[in-house]
Order: sequence, then structure tokens, then C-alpha cells
Amino acid sequence: MSFMAAVALVVRKDLVIETRSREVVYTALLFAVSCVLVFAFGFVNEGRADPAAAAAILWIAIAFSGTLALGRIFDRERQNETMRALLLAPVARPAIYVGKLAGVLSLLLMVQAIVVPLVALWFQAELFRHASLVIALLATGSLGYAAVGTLFAAMLARTRGRGALLPVLLYPVTIPVIIAGVKGTVALLQAEPNLAIARAWLMMLIAFDAVFITLALWIFEPAMAE
Amino acid sequence: MEPLDFTSLTFTDVTRNFGRRRALNRVSFSCEAGQIVALLGANGAGKSTLLSIAATMLEPSSGAVLYGDHSARSAGAALRARIGVLGHDLYIYPELTAFENLAFFGRLYGMTDVDRAVAEALLRAGLEDRASEAVSSFSRGMRQRLALERALLHSPRLLLLDEPFTGLDDASSSALRDRLQAARDRGALVIVTTHDLEAIEALVDTAFVLNCGRLQPLAAGAESLRVRYRRYS
Repeated sequence: MSFMAAVALVVRKDLVIETRSREVVYTALLFAVSCVLVFAFGFVNEGRADPAAAAAILWIAIAFSGTLALGRIFDRERQNETMRALLLAPVARPAIYVGKLAGVLSLLLMVQAIVVPLVALWFQAELFRHASLVIALLATGSLGYAAVGTLFAAMLARTRGRGALLPVLLYPVTIPVIIAGVKGTVALLQAEPNLAIARAWLMMLIAFDAVFITLALWIFEPAMAE
Repeated sequence: MEPLDFTSLTFTDVTRNFGRRRALNRVSFSCEAGQIVALLGANGAGKSTLLSIAATMLEPSSGAVLYGDHSARSAGAALRARIGVLGHDLYIYPELTAFENLAFFGRLYGMTDVDRAVAEALLRAGLEDRASEAVSSFSRGMRQRLALERALLHSPRLLLLDEPFTGLDDASSSALRDRLQAARDRGALVIVTTHDLEAIEALVDTAFVLNCGRLQPLAAGAESLRVRYRRYS
């Protein structure tokens, strides 16, 4: 079986399971929307908010709801030790990682499809003025975050206290991604958007993604050894 | 990728440590295709560790494991294509239907004509009428039968079963014995751990006892497996 065929099988399986249970997407979405709503009460005055606050809250909502999704997705694989069955299959083990990563990423993007318009509405943030750049920042930021998160969640899946350990490991490593995402988004939300700065942060996110994904592909198989 | 076939499994001085605890201590044995090998021992004796090493999921701390002439490290995925495992946990997705579970693993193992193979497997498991129901609605016995078919779906050369009789009623136990016998007859090497010695009495070609990580062959004799095993405990 080819690498990409194995990836497609794993993604499809994860999406079929999520379509039936809707457990992860609803939990992550509820958390993200609640987070944005609560901050909206604190930061929005007379219908407007500081663009920096809107950007930071958007990325915090994405990161925290992403952590919830990561934990739950790998809990599923732990319940019947199905992760072990995946690793026993005669496919390149990094394909399992990429499949899980693609599944996590698609759920994160679903959450963002709801949360981004809400932030734009409640914070009166001009997120759609340079929509392609915002989408590129969100996509690359989510990819970097999910790349590290998927690796750590898979490694911790059979560990006691994984719920507490995942954020402890994940946030310090992904802080550069979140900062780059926030800074890039802030640059686009200013009254006079600074496209050059936004593009520079986007390039940094692409570089992060390249490093994180390369490292994760490299260490996934040894890290998953029992 | 072509599956890599082999006809023997050889452990030579295999030791596995977990920190300071030694789970397996210089284990050596060899078995051939067409045999059913029982691995007996108390809880915590090292049976699951030995199966994990044979399944290529765990590397020995020292010693060598050979599948024919190949090691797990050199053969990798091609070797895993010829290994089937049924563990304590059943390795099936409760949210998917019986058919979807088998089809997913069949495709992952690169099988052709997956739909036909899955339909036949469901028939063997007596689950053809429940094929489109989510596994979460199944009883433990039904899940166990489905999990066995998952492990056997790709006709593995080496079949590793950890306590496969757990939760099965008499009819399902009998069906499982028939399946193991059929697997042996087609040339599979079956290694099974169980505490239900009566269930495997008539099946077993060779038996070993693991005691605190040390492996020894079960003494031959006319008495039942249980009587012979009691001498080691």
C-alpha cells in the first residue's frame, strides 16, 4: 500500500467516526465559541475592540480548543488499543502520523470556519479585508500546532496523566507558532494593514511547519515504540 | 511492498527489561509453521511481553528474534504483513460497523477484493446479519469473534493470540478452536496464551511455561495440560 493511500484510509476512518459521534468537533467548537464570547464581553467597548485583542483571542481559542480535540481523538485510539493495531499494519508508520495529523487539522479548520466569522462579528475585526492572507496564516499556524500536537498526543496516548501532560509539553513548543499567528493577524487588523509584516510572519510559520513536520516524521516511529 | 514470508520463529537469549524490572530473562525457543504453541504462566509472568516482541511492537533489550532468516528491524512492514495479533484489547473501532472495521483493516493490509473477503469473514464469525451495525452494540463475545476475524483476515503466517477465550461462551469457544485448527492446517504458526487450559487441550502441539520471565518447555506426558502445568506453579 502506498504512503498516500494509507494516509487517506486513516483520515477517512477518523472522519467517518467523527461524523457519527460529532463528539470532538462539538466539544472543541463549544469551547472556542464560549472563549470568544466571554472575551467579547471584556474587550468590546461600544461595538469595537483593540485589533490586537481580537487576534490574540482568536488564536487562544484555536489553540485551546485544538488541545481538547487532540486529547479526545487519541483517547479513542487508546480505548481499544486501536493505535497498536494501526502500528502493526504493514504500512510506513509515518503514514499513520500524517493520517492522524490530517484528521486533526480538518477538525481544527471546521472549528475555525465558525470561530473566525464570530470574532469578525463580535470584535468588529476586519478579518475578511485580506482574507487570503488570514486564511494562509490560520492554515499554516494550525498545521504547525497540529503537527506537534499530533506527535505528542500519540506519544502520550498510553500514558497516565496524559490530559495534564499534553498541554504542559505542547504549549512551550508551539508558543512560537501562536505568537507568529497573533502577530501576523494583528498586522492585518490594523487600520492601515501592514501586509509586508503579515507576509513575514507567514513565512516564519511556513518555516516552523517545515521543521516541525520533518522532525515529527523522523521521530514518530521510534517515539511510538512501546 | 510484497509480504515477506517465513516458516519459523526463533527467539535466542531474548531478554527484555522495563527499567530495573526484567520481564523476560534469556528466553530461547523455536517453532515452525503448522504448529499451535501454548504459552502458559501466571499473570505478570511475561507472556504479553513475549507476544509484543514477536509482534514486532517491542524490541528485546538483548538477544535476537528471527522470522525465518529475517529480523524485525531489517524486514519491517513486509514482515508485519504476515503477522496477525489478537490482544487483550480487541483492536476494533466501536463507532464503526462490523463490515467497516474489517474493510478498514483489510485495505490497510493491502488486500484485494476486500468486500468479498470481509463478507466471508463475517459469515465465519456468524455476524453476517449484524454487518452494518455499529460494534458498540455488540456483546463481548461478538466483539471477540469479530476481532479474531480481523486478526485472521490477511491470512497471517504468524498468529499471536493473547487470552482469546476470554468472554466466549461454549459455542464461540468451539468455533474459535475450529478457526485455530484451520489456521494451523493452512500453515500458520499460532502462539496462544491462555489460562483456560481445557479449551486448548486438544489443540496444542507444544507448550511452554513462563515463570518470572524464564521460559521452559512444559514436560510431556499423558496427563492433562492442567495437571502438568500445576507442577510449575
